[in-house]
Amino acid sequence: MASITLDGLAHAYRPDPRGPQDYALKEINHVWRQGGAYALLGPSGCGKTTLLNIISGLVIPTRGRILFDDRDVTRLPTEARNIAQVFQFPVVYDTMTVRENLAFPLKNRKMPREAIARRVEEIASRLDLSSVLDRKASNLTADAKQKISLGRGLVREDVAAILFDEPLTVIDPHLKWQLRSSLKELHRALDLTMIYVTHDQTEALTFADTVVVMHDGAVVQTGTPEELFERPAHTFVGHFIGSPGMNVLPARVAGRTAHVGDVAIALDHGYAARPTGERIELGVRPEFATLAAPGTGLPVKVTRIEDIGRARIARIEISGNPAAAMVPEDLSLDGDSAGLTLDPRQIHIYADGVLVPGEAAGREGVA
Amino acid sequence: MDKPVNNAAWLLVAPVFLIVAFSAILPIMTVVNYSVQDTFGNNQFFWNGLGWFQELLDPSTELGGRFLDALWRNLLFSAIILAIEVPLGILVALSMPREGWKVAATLVIMALPLLIPWNVVGTIWQVFARADIGLGGWAINALGIDYNYTGDPLAAWITIVVMDVWHWTSLVALLCYAGLKSIPDAYYQAARIDGASRWAIFTTIQLPKMKRVLLIAVLLRFMDSFMIYTEPFVLTGGGPGNATTFLSIDLVKIALGQFDLGKAAAMSLVYNLIVLALCWVFYTVMTHAGTERRQEENPA
Repeated sequence: MASITLDGLAHAYRPDPRGPQDYALKEINHVWRQGGAYALLGPSGCGKTTLLNIISGLVIPTRGRILFDDRDVTRLPTEARNIAQVFQFPVVYDTMTVRENLAFPLKNRKMPREAIARRVEEIASRLDLSSVLDRKASNLTADAKQKISLGRGLVREDVAAILFDEPLTVIDPHLKWQLRSSLKELHRALDLTMIYVTHDQTEALTFADTVVVMHDGAVVQTGTPEELFERPAHTFVGHFIGSPGMNVLPARVAGRTAHVGDVAIALDHGYAARPTGERIELGVRPEFATLAAPGTGLPVKVTRIEDIGRARIARIEISGNPAAAMVPEDLSLDGDSAGLTLDPRQIHIYADGVLVPGEAAGREGVA
Repeated sequence: MDKPVNNAAWLLVAPVFLIVAFSAILPIMTVVNYSVQDTFGNNQFFWNGLGWFQELLDPSTELGGRFLDALWRNLLFSAIILAIEVPLGILVALSMPREGWKVAATLVIMALPLLIPWNVVGTIWQVFARADIGLGGWAINALGIDYNYTGDPLAAWITIVVMDVWHWTSLVALLCYAGLKSIPDAYYQAARIDGASRWAIFTTIQLPKMKRVLLIAVLLRFMDSFMIYTEPFVLTGGGPGNATTFLSIDLVKIALGQFDLGKAAAMSLVYNLIVLALCWVFYTVMTHAGTERRQEENPA
């Protein structure tokens, strides 16, 4: 049992990294709490698998240290770390039965025979594999194989953390839910640190207590699913999480008013003047933007209305900038002009993609 | 089941049928025709029924005796080269580089022996192993070992085996290498996490994943070695005495040397059947283990 600390970690696959562009993984400082359920979320190629492989010891980082509690494991080989990993494609030893597969890591660690048998039975019943224990692992379905991979990690009593590298990629959709909820149950029952790499926001948000969003080799935000949704720290997080993603509109901000094109938008906070040359953007999630009859709120042009089943979403233009907004059930529109009301508390201002904290309302009042 | 019947389809099959007829069926039937007759030249043939076959399968006759001897030589030779080339090929494949420019270099070097025509291989080794002017043969004699493949049956056998290993281990190695390359990295990573030893990785991951290519390698090497002709013919001509006279060499001696077309035809048919039967046995035995297990688990 351990917490995992990443201390100034960075990795470049080139031997002689010069600028930040050479780093697959830019400097990261992070602590994975003991017993936490984490998701590492980001698009393909953002460095999340690199980070995972550094933690599991398959890759030695260019810079920085990894600590398990206070033990420096940066250069320890994989087998000497208390880590298990489940891969994208199920890895089972074809010639062995399920029982032998589960016993394999313990056998390699020279555990006594009876202890192995007991532990294997215990983990198998937890994973619902008891009925197939004596079958060849190669003839099972993908989800059962993935459970075996997981089981080979769980049988080891010394395992402090289990790393998942997009483990549901090859699983049938209707089984994904099942497997994911059994993972959650295991997490609650076993008090293990779990780090789950995925590019699927639904998987990340339903599995994890804390989601770490990565983009272009760097962590852009760490937070609970609510925080990521309500207060994206970076326009990338706004885009990546939510369906449709956050509306990000080029804007000019002065005090408590933002201008998108020639439309003025009232803000909840005041903002100090930013240095010139910065790209200022206004972000608001479609969930907090509601379409209204023309004349109410901001004037917008409606280009299309999509029915996604549980709601209707309007594709609109604000001064020529595309955006999305929710359509109330009772609203019906003639023509393409409409109004838009925004929840001022849910409007965020970004400078060069990074969230700008607003000034406290009280100070603004004084000014 | 209702299948649409279309007789025009026969037209499409006809070209293939013709090719197979001329390339396989007609030549084999010619051999069958010869095998039941005797000839004394002059294109005169006499009906002999199953006489040649009876003689061939009766070891007490001259023909049957030499056939059985040659058959044993063939089986022994195949067993020896399989026992050497398969483990050696696996070993070579395991030590081949996985990435970088070395891969291309290794592959080219490995493929070289496979690209040399068989009679050239025979000639190379005939010269190389000669005790008087061959580098290899001379060196061995210089070490004080009496080595002369033209006079000593054991030396002749060793030379042929070494030549075959030199010529064909690459094939086994390349096939195994392809099998190894198809194993995803995740397997090795998982094995490291599970704390598997190098030997455990070999027996639990690499060997099972190589099973299919190994099956092909064993089949190919068995068939090829069982039908070996050119290289020993060039190297030893079947000698000394009859020490390296394999079935194919004996066959040619009978057919072209003695012009006993009937005997040779009967012999080649039996030879052919033995090759087919042994390949079938090999294939069945080697694929059997897997299928049997599957049936146990899915009795339906």
